[in-house]
Amino acid sequence: MNWFTNTLGTSVGKKLMMAVTGLCFCGFLTVHLIGNLTLYGGKNLFNAYAEHLHSLGPVITVAEWGLLTLAIIHILTGLTLFLGNLNARPERYAVNKSAGGRTLGSSTMPYTGILLLIFIVLHLVNFHFADRTYQTIYHIVSRVLSRPEYVFIYVAAVIIAAIHVSHGFWSAFQTLGANHPKYMPFIQGAGLSFSVIVGFGFGFIPVFIFSIAG
Amino acid sequence: MTTAKNISLTLKVWRQKGANVRGKLETYQAKDISTDMSFLEMIDVVNEKLTLDGQDPIAFDHDCREGICGMCGAVVNGRAHGPEKGTTLCQLHIRHFSDGDTVVIEPWRSRAFPVIKDLAVDRGALDKLIQSGGYISANTGGAPDANTILIPQEVAEKAMDAAACIGCGACVAACPNASAMLFVSAKVSQLALLPQGRPEAAQRALSMLRKMDELGFGACTNERECEAECPKEISISNIARLNREFFKAGFFSSVK
Repeated sequence: MNWFTNTLGTSVGKKLMMAVTGLCFCGFLTVHLIGNLTLYGGKNLFNAYAEHLHSLGPVITVAEWGLLTLAIIHILTGLTLFLGNLNARPERYAVNKSAGGRTLGSSTMPYTGILLLIFIVLHLVNFHFADRTYQTIYHIVSRVLSRPEYVFIYVAAVIIAAIHVSHGFWSAFQTLGANHPKYMPFIQGAGLSFSVIVGFGFGFIPVFIFSIAG
Repeated sequence: MTTAKNISLTLKVWRQKGANVRGKLETYQAKDISTDMSFLEMIDVVNEKLTLDGQDPIAFDHDCREGICGMCGAVVNGRAHGPEKGTTLCQLHIRHFSDGDTVVIEPWRSRAFPVIKDLAVDRGALDKLIQSGGYISANTGGAPDANTILIPQEVAEKAMDAAACIGCGACVAACPNASAMLFVSAKVSQLALLPQGRPEAAQRALSMLRKMDELGFGACTNERECEAECPKEISISNIARLNREFFKAGFFSSVK
């Protein structure tokens, strides 16, 4: 397997891992968002959705471990690349100016990534590892999101995720080599649309829960 | 036609005596500079005065001064080769500045490009990249007949666009990660697109990319600054092609 690790160990190999795991997370975000939309249907629909998910049993366990593996690959590879890139320019410029290539998303990728990691830990503590013996998942969600500080954190995290995805989506395709004069504008448009959908789709949920819980 | 006039600029220039000496920005006045002058001619004028004053002139690389050799280059006010698009430093003219402007001039910054003196950096790393695979091995002999290998116009154009690279290193200087991906991708693309380059394409992609990592260049994060600053406006679609060539070579070819 030497050729395999040799290839993945190069800078482009690492980027390949970032691209593949990143696109998997885009898929996860889509499924997660569709599931979360059941919150608009009220307590019973959301609880039924959660129950249905848990009834899948081993499938969910495999999916959870899969996501954890993807996250570990994405985080460790990302940090390695970030530190390597910092190291590639030991002396910084006194004046830095963009020529117009960088975007808010592209220039903040490592930072939005680290903030998202912190948020995901908090998010899992809030909901995934919460004690569900005496309360349904809907109760947990409405209790957490009835507190304005949590609403703020969740909305901020969603905006950060949208910024991360706004660069990550098209960048993944470019890294995979899928840059074609006919399709690239569509891929970039799809990436921006996806980040807007993620932003508004997830972003309104905490506000909605807060408004009906209050 | 605009008439020439003279303007004065305040320069903050990176001065560094040698590779292992700490450098700093020094301030100089460039007085009565004709707007028809090129940026390098403006430095020539400043250097003449420095020399007459018994000071060390500012060291900078230059050769053709026609925008085709790739020797010149500096970061001007945070922009590689200055603020104009598709322009080398020697082709940047003073008419793009206003009287009284402060202009900060720094060398290319990259671990792979150590400063030799002032604005002159050692770009030998780019030569090492070429030596690692940026060529074709051809047996010499009788010249082949013309048109024995047919190349469609569109492919020839793409290869020529990639071959426009003059190896100035602006892509590395402009990249937030000091990556040489645009340079490597231009060289790999130029050869991979043409039939003469195909036999060694897999080995070339693997060797040049490994060499790039080894030389201390950063990794590409698709910031697109290289494409925006390249004086020959080489497209990042070449980077996507390099990635494809690399994956093909790494995962599907027998080359190790």
